[in-house]
Amino acid sequence: MQDNHSHENHEISYSTYLLVWVSLIAFTSITVAVAGINLGDYTLFVALCIAALKSGLVINIFMHIKFEDPIFKVFIGISIFTLIVIFTLTFFDYFYR
Amino acid sequence: MSNHTAELTHEVHRDDVGARMGMWLFLFTELLLFGGMFLVYAVYRHEFIDQFRIAAMALNTTVGALNTIILLTSSLTVALSIAALQKGNKSLSIMLLVMTNILAVAFMINKYFEWSEKFQHGIYPGSETLLNLPDGQILFYGLYYVMTGLHGLHVIIGLIFLSIVMVFIFTGSVNKDSYVKLENAGLYWHLVDLIWIFLFPLFYLIQ
Repeated sequence: MQDNHSHENHEISYSTYLLVWVSLIAFTSITVAVAGINLGDYTLFVALCIAALKSGLVINIFMHIKFEDPIFKVFIGISIFTLIVIFTLTFFDYFYR
Repeated sequence: MSNHTAELTHEVHRDDVGARMGMWLFLFTELLLFGGMFLVYAVYRHEFIDQFRIAAMALNTTVGALNTIILLTSSLTVALSIAALQKGNKSLSIMLLVMTNILAVAFMINKYFEWSEKFQHGIYPGSETLLNLPDGQILFYGLYYVMTGLHGLHVIIGLIFLSIVMVFIFTGSVNKDSYVKLENAGLYWHLVDLIWIFLFPLFYLIQ
């Protein structure tokens, strides 16, 4: 029973959610504005960094991972690591073919 | 006395953490599904940098940005809906889910107009106009239709998922003390949002 309600101790207030939403909209505006500037090779890198920041906010706050059991974070870490390995191996193959 | 307690515990036994973990495991399979497509995108974008740029310029950044804002806002309303139910405010929770559904429909309407415009210009999978373009642009539009199409399908599924949970809240089977179904529907919806967060800069913001 205790487990069922463990996360209830971390009820997030409406204002926190609103604040996160405002940040997400702000990041979106930044990413659109930055896309107009020619940063050469860094354009994609900057866009992906902003997208990663936004994802972090959504995962941690909206999806409650910040307050979830640590095993959830381990799972997410493993999935992201798996994706990175797949990308890295594919690009090794692609570049040195 | 102890027997009585055991019986009570048995009656209300459920595992919300396990239910959420199951949902997350499912979300990881979704991550790999889209991850594979992002991988194809990455390789072809690297191979056809210029063609991808030319093709992407033809996409409407304003519509893309508007859809981003719509999805982010719908994620907010889902999160607020869970918070409202936790506080026992059933009608507010339902109202916020209705708002989420309206936003989801707005997203799909935008998508419809965006795709129709492309179709009118003769750019759709397998069309003659498209096949006469250089390889890089054919690949860009192929990926554009498959990835935003699959994402759109997820929006529709999320919409149905949220609507079903909304009925559960209405009938009271999802309530202040047992709302893991709403949480899981919310997790699915946030995943749809997360995928769009990456689709948007990769398709609409190449200059």
